[in-house]
Amino acid sequence: MPIAAAGLRAEARPGHQGGVVGWWGDNSGVGDDIFSALNDPVRRALYDYVVAQGREVGRAEAAEAVGVQRTLAAHHLDRLAEAGLLDTATRRLGDRRGPGAGRPAKVYARSRTEHAVSLPPRDYRTLALVLAEVVETVGAEERAEEAARRVGERLARDTPVPGSERGPSGVEAVLAARGYEPYDEDGVVRLRNCPFHAAAEDRPVLVCSVNLALLQGVVRECGDARVPVMDPRPGECCVAIQASKNNEH
Amino acid sequence: MTAYHLAQLNVAHLLAPIDSPRLADFVDQLEPVNQLAEASPGYVWRLKGSDDPRQTVGHDYGDLLLVNFSVWESVEALWDFVYRSRHLEVMRRRREWFERIAEPYVVMWWIPAGYEPTLAEAMERLALLRAEGPSERAFTFRDRFDAPAPAATGAVPAAS
Repeated sequence: MPIAAAGLRAEARPGHQGGVVGWWGDNSGVGDDIFSALNDPVRRALYDYVVAQGREVGRAEAAEAVGVQRTLAAHHLDRLAEAGLLDTATRRLGDRRGPGAGRPAKVYARSRTEHAVSLPPRDYRTLALVLAEVVETVGAEERAEEAARRVGERLARDTPVPGSERGPSGVEAVLAARGYEPYDEDGVVRLRNCPFHAAAEDRPVLVCSVNLALLQGVVRECGDARVPVMDPRPGECCVAIQASKNNEH
Repeated sequence: MTAYHLAQLNVAHLLAPIDSPRLADFVDQLEPVNQLAEASPGYVWRLKGSDDPRQTVGHDYGDLLLVNFSVWESVEALWDFVYRSRHLEVMRRRREWFERIAEPYVVMWWIPAGYEPTLAEAMERLALLRAEGPSERAFTFRDRFDAPAPAATGAVPAAS
């Protein structure tokens, strides 16, 4: 029996900035593609590698990283692209252009389209958008941030982190478990993924402020001396976690 | 070179005069944030009070009305500056400095590339948005409109 027939609601939304546009899946099998595309261990490893780089990756690089032949990697990367999990582009390697330049190479990056699979069907996104509108309408931003700090503390306590204890080393593990995809950049923890992307596109100031407060709660509960600060970049989470300064707030 | 650029006006009602202690933290942000805007990809132009990046724009619409008026190559470029740069931190603290207003306070519209719009024109666009809701003549991030097709000639219809 196809997964869709079992009551799966698969949802895909283009990663379009501003407003939540897109469509609700109609159990038409989108989820089947996602599941089957990630079901192969080599393909899963290639997907994980491309995602972790946060940039465009060529076939040869991905093949080497995963330890398979280039043609096999190309086959699997294209399957991932067909399933909508990776975006592709064609780039010339190096800076040379025109006659004599290298042959265009196919590159892959995580798709900006968002896939959500929920069994049984759940729709927390619409609820979040409704509540976010209410918060802004009644001007309850500070109350929302207070609530987010408490929720963050609870997340730090309750998020199961395999092989890691809470404490100074716990923040990254908690953030990884919550889907933030933390990475180190010159001693500052940056977050490659925004778990609240659709809501953040709809109401960026509110949602990013709530996210900052949430992470303040996580870091505090972990007993970590570092501080989350708002430092957004295109395509990443709005928060970075850095060493405390003297003027800590 | 794109045929159309995006003009954007945003207004804020200050809670106190711009030179008051209450606004000091905000005023401190003017220079770095204005410099950041001008260095951002897709930035085209902004209305300046003077050559001093800390100077706000003077106008006849009320002493406590702060205006930001700029032109960008695309909606995405403007979005990345407004929400994906340190400008977001200023937005996050806006309740400390600005009144809450129920009406739209941001308006955008397309202009022919190279055209330098006036503040009076921008205020008309904001009034149009407030009166009639989003349209291609006056829209918002949430209800945005694409630039006119490159083949089209003439400007986007005037606000009034």
